[in-house]
Amino acid sequence: MTTRAARNSGYVFVTPFLACFLLLFLLPLGYAGYLSFFKDQLVGGTVFAGLDNYVRAVSDPQLLDGVLRVALFFAVQVPVMLLVALVAALAIDSGLLRFARVFRLGVFLPYAVPSVVATLMWGYLYGPDFGPLAQLGDRLGFEAPNLLGNGLMLSALSNIVTWEFAGYNMIILYAALRTIPTDLFEAAAVDGAGPWRVAWSIKIPALRPALLLCLIFSVIGSFQLFAEPDLLQRLAPSVIDSAYTPNLYAYSLAFISQETNYAAAVSFLLGLVIVVVSYVVLYVSSRGTRR
Amino acid sequence: MTTTLTTPAHAATATPRARRRRRARRHSNVLTLAMAALLVYFLFPLFWLVVAATKTTGDLFSTFGLWFADDFSLFRNIHDTFTRDGGQYLRWMLNTLGYAVISSVGAASLATFAGYGFARYVFRGRSLLLGLVLGTIMVPTTALAIPTYLLFAKVSLVNTPWAVILPSLVSPFGLFLMWVYARDAVSDSVLEAARIDGAGELAIFFRVTLRSLMPGFVTVLLFTLVATWNNYFLPLIMLNDERYYPITVGLSAWSARAVGGSGSNADLLACVVTGSLLSIIPLIAAFILLQRYWQSGLSAGAVKE
Repeated sequence: MTTRAARNSGYVFVTPFLACFLLLFLLPLGYAGYLSFFKDQLVGGTVFAGLDNYVRAVSDPQLLDGVLRVALFFAVQVPVMLLVALVAALAIDSGLLRFARVFRLGVFLPYAVPSVVATLMWGYLYGPDFGPLAQLGDRLGFEAPNLLGNGLMLSALSNIVTWEFAGYNMIILYAALRTIPTDLFEAAAVDGAGPWRVAWSIKIPALRPALLLCLIFSVIGSFQLFAEPDLLQRLAPSVIDSAYTPNLYAYSLAFISQETNYAAAVSFLLGLVIVVVSYVVLYVSSRGTRR
Repeated sequence: MTTTLTTPAHAATATPRARRRRRARRHSNVLTLAMAALLVYFLFPLFWLVVAATKTTGDLFSTFGLWFADDFSLFRNIHDTFTRDGGQYLRWMLNTLGYAVISSVGAASLATFAGYGFARYVFRGRSLLLGLVLGTIMVPTTALAIPTYLLFAKVSLVNTPWAVILPSLVSPFGLFLMWVYARDAVSDSVLEAARIDGAGELAIFFRVTLRSLMPGFVTVLLFTLVATWNNYFLPLIMLNDERYYPITVGLSAWSARAVGGSGSNADLLACVVTGSLLSIIPLIAAFILLQRYWQSGLSAGAVKE
């Protein structure tokens, strides 16, 4: 593929990236890993603690609650979001839609909105005193459910995240749909398959890898949930505590209770959990499709 | 994803295929209506934001949220937003612009350079290094943020703009996209021809190949631009000084004060709302103008598995 003289040039191209990768990716991880083996003591300062921080983490009820909460969030929110994204992508690709371009852009647009702004918006829309939903209920004479209460908070968060990222997933799926070879559709048309049949028998199977990519991104996104609960906390301080999600917990450990070493261990563990869950999802869903 | 990374890739040129697709002439009104309902869901919060930006703080509470109040105070709100606390808002917007542009150009350049190197050159340790980088795609940025903070605190980088920019320069996913892209978009014969003409490898890159890598470059640029523009966690932990805040952290700080809502902050809510609206206009404009890049670049990543 390349001449011998060109070989060393490979290093020229990859070195800048690898240098940054080493300094800004591996080094912080290594340093946090190192810190996670120490702990602060009232007497004696910082001492080597072996795996103490990790032992504490895996039996820390606050951390475990948070992990379970985001796992539940993931199990409910992600299927809904991916279904919305899939239906929208298929509809836009079907050729049956008027103004398909308008729909494509409109559904994608929330991705341009920072999670901070999205949460501020939805927070006001949810508001039990002044939100439009509560106002409507007031006028029509029924009591709107408190969307920021204990029972509905996870759904309220799911809705915000779905709103933000359904369009992004739709674009990934739509892009994948556009790469399906057209002769498949021509053959299907010759066989008399209508658009619904084509969507079910050709398009959805062809979307498998793209759906998998969306799923992996969603695993990563769900487990690092932070901005949305952090901002809603102000509107519902009694529902969202500082350990509501693992990431909120890591944040409050590092910056509020100043338990640096333990925070490093929790971050490390959290990253590890996400990588493992991602690979498990990948492994489970690719088994059976590979011959 | 990893299983695929080892399998040889085919197809997936990111150039949009000829639209020869047989299009049904008939439109479905039912489907169009159903999608319109979905569109209402995605757009009504933005409609609320536009309406709310025209209201005074008092009207935000006392009038119906999804329609305009009698008192149209959009221009006063914009004026208040930009002049509040000595023009803090404009500073935050410029910070965001600076962080996002520097980070995304840097990240996209590094990824393009390295993606091309990995795709087009054979050298010792190539598979190992590539595998190492791609293996970290799934490490979430927020799990990395606290470790990075701890390291940066050690070398006095926290509470400087660099604390936000540097960590955004490394994008393993960007490298993945560019590596895939460079394998397909650059032809060996063109490279060989340039070599026979005696051009150096760097000259070949900048004069010949860069042009064909451009769509991939722009896609990675857009991804990192949106990611840094919208980033909240990293700047929140890295920055103490309000002068360095990007717009997300700034708006969040304002909104925390507005919830307290008394004294000098009694009318801050209108600024939070108007500031939110103004802050999303640049990205929405960029989305509309650069639509085709999203699709073309993404197809390269999405089909490769």
